[in-house]
Amino acid sequence: MSNVSRRTLLAGGVVAGVAAAGVGLAAIGRRFGLVPPDAGGIYGPGETLSYAAHRLLGRNSLALEFPRSMISARPFANAITTPTDDFERHRAESFVNWRLVVDGHVSRPASLSLSELRAMQARSQITEVTCEEGWSYVAEWTGTPLAGILSTLGVRPTARYVVYYSSDPEWWESIDLDEAMHPQTLVTWGMNGADLPVPFGGPLRLRVPRQLGYKSVKFINRLVVTDSLDGFGNGMGQSAANDGYAWYAGI
Amino acid sequence: MTGTIGSAPPAPRHARFVRITHWLTTIAFFALLLTGVEVVLSHPRFYWGQVGNVNTQPLFALPVPSSRSTVPTGYSFRLADQNGWSRYLHFEAAWLLLFVGLAYVVAGLRSGHFRRNLVPPAADRSWTALRSAIAEHIRFAASAIGDPWSYNALQRLSYLVVVFVLFPLVVWTGLAMAPGFTAVFPAGVGLLGGRQTARTLHFFLTIALVLFTLVHVTMIIVAGFRSRVRAMITGAAESPQ
Repeated sequence: MSNVSRRTLLAGGVVAGVAAAGVGLAAIGRRFGLVPPDAGGIYGPGETLSYAAHRLLGRNSLALEFPRSMISARPFANAITTPTDDFERHRAESFVNWRLVVDGHVSRPASLSLSELRAMQARSQITEVTCEEGWSYVAEWTGTPLAGILSTLGVRPTARYVVYYSSDPEWWESIDLDEAMHPQTLVTWGMNGADLPVPFGGPLRLRVPRQLGYKSVKFINRLVVTDSLDGFGNGMGQSAANDGYAWYAGI
Repeated sequence: MTGTIGSAPPAPRHARFVRITHWLTTIAFFALLLTGVEVVLSHPRFYWGQVGNVNTQPLFALPVPSSRSTVPTGYSFRLADQNGWSRYLHFEAAWLLLFVGLAYVVAGLRSGHFRRNLVPPAADRSWTALRSAIAEHIRFAASAIGDPWSYNALQRLSYLVVVFVLFPLVVWTGLAMAPGFTAVFPAGVGLLGGRQTARTLHFFLTIALVLFTLVHVTMIIVAGFRSRVRAMITGAAESPQ
C-alpha cells in the first residue's frame, strides 16, 4: 500500500470518527440540555459551546450578590416602547387587576393577581442588571421565586422551557427549566424597598440575574411552560432572535 | 556546498504547528477585533469598578457615535445596531482563540519551542542587552531585523508577553463580563475589582494587542514581506547563514 493511499485512509478514518463523535455528542447534548435552540447556522458551534460550558460548569451556581452599600444611587431604566392603551388602563388603577397567567405543562394552570403573588414565599436579593451593550447597575430586587410558583402549580415531567410574554407585544423570551427553577429567578414586584417602578418593569418583571438584561422581560403577564420552543413565534424562543441576538445570554 | 541532492529537505523556518496556529489566531483575532468594535459602539463609554451607565460619570468616553439612542455622544445620528451577530461571532471566535491558544502552548512546551525560540538566551537577559536592542529597533538598524532564522531578545520578549500575558488577560477580562461565568467563578471578576473595570481593561488589552500587531506587521514589511510571510505559510526560508 502506498503512502498516499494509507494517508487517505487514515484521513478518511479521522473524518468518519469526528463525524460519529459529533453525532454522538449532539445526542448526549440534547439529552442533558446542552444544546440551545439557536444551535444551527454558522454561529451555532460557538453558541452551543458557551451554553453547554456554563451548564456543565454550574447549573445551580448563584449570580453575584452585592452588599447594600453597592446599590446604585442612580440606576438606568433604559428606554421602553410606548406602553399600550391596555397597559395605561392598568397603570391608572394601580395594577390591581394585573394578572400573571401560568399555563402549558403545569398540573394546575392559574391566573395570579399581584396580591396572590405577594402572599407567596418572597425573596430579596441585591444583584446587577448587565446590559449586552456594556452598562450595568446594582439594585435590590424583591419578588416571588419562579421555582416556588411552578412547584405550587405542579410542573409536568415533560417541561423543558418557560416562555414568557409581556404587555409589550414586541418583547417575549424563554429560559430553560434550570434557569426557571433557579432560586434567583424572580417574578419581581419590588425594587430597592418600594413597588417596582414602571420604567424598571413594574408591575412585574422576570429577573434572570445569571443572564443579560434582555432576558429580564418587563411587564410580564403570561408564562407558558413547554416541552418545545417550536410553535412559539419564530421558533427561536425569543423576540430578540429577530434582530440576530443569541438565545442564551449568560455571556 | 555539495551533496545536498538526495539529503533530507531543510528544516522549516517555522514548525507546522506554529504556522497553523499563527494563521488561525490571526483569523480569530481580527474577528474578535471587528466585532468588539461593533459592541463598543453600542456603549462607547468606560467606567471603573462594578457598575457604570449613562447616569454615572464615565472614566472616559470615546469621541464616536453610538448605535444606541440612549447614549449621549454629541452626534445627532445613530449607527445601525450590529450587536446580535457581533456578539455571536465574538464568542465563537473567542472559542477558536482558546482552543488554538491551548494547542499552541501545549505543542510549544512539548517541542521545546518556547525554550529554544522565544526565551532569550542567557547572554541577552540583561537591561543593557535589552536597551541596545530597543535602540536598534528605534533606528530601524539592519541588525535589529537580524537573522531570518532567529529572533533577538526584544522580539522574543514581545512574543512571550503576547502569548503568556496579553492573550490570557484579554480572555480573562472578557469572561469576567459574563454573568453566567462569574456566577460559577466569582473570583474571576472579584480579583479584577468589578465588571466595569474588567470591561475597561479588556479595551486597553485590545489596544495593546493592536499596537503589537501594527509593529509586528511593520517589522515584517521592513524585513521583507514576501519572504517572511512565505516562511509562515510554507515554512520555507533562506538557508541559515
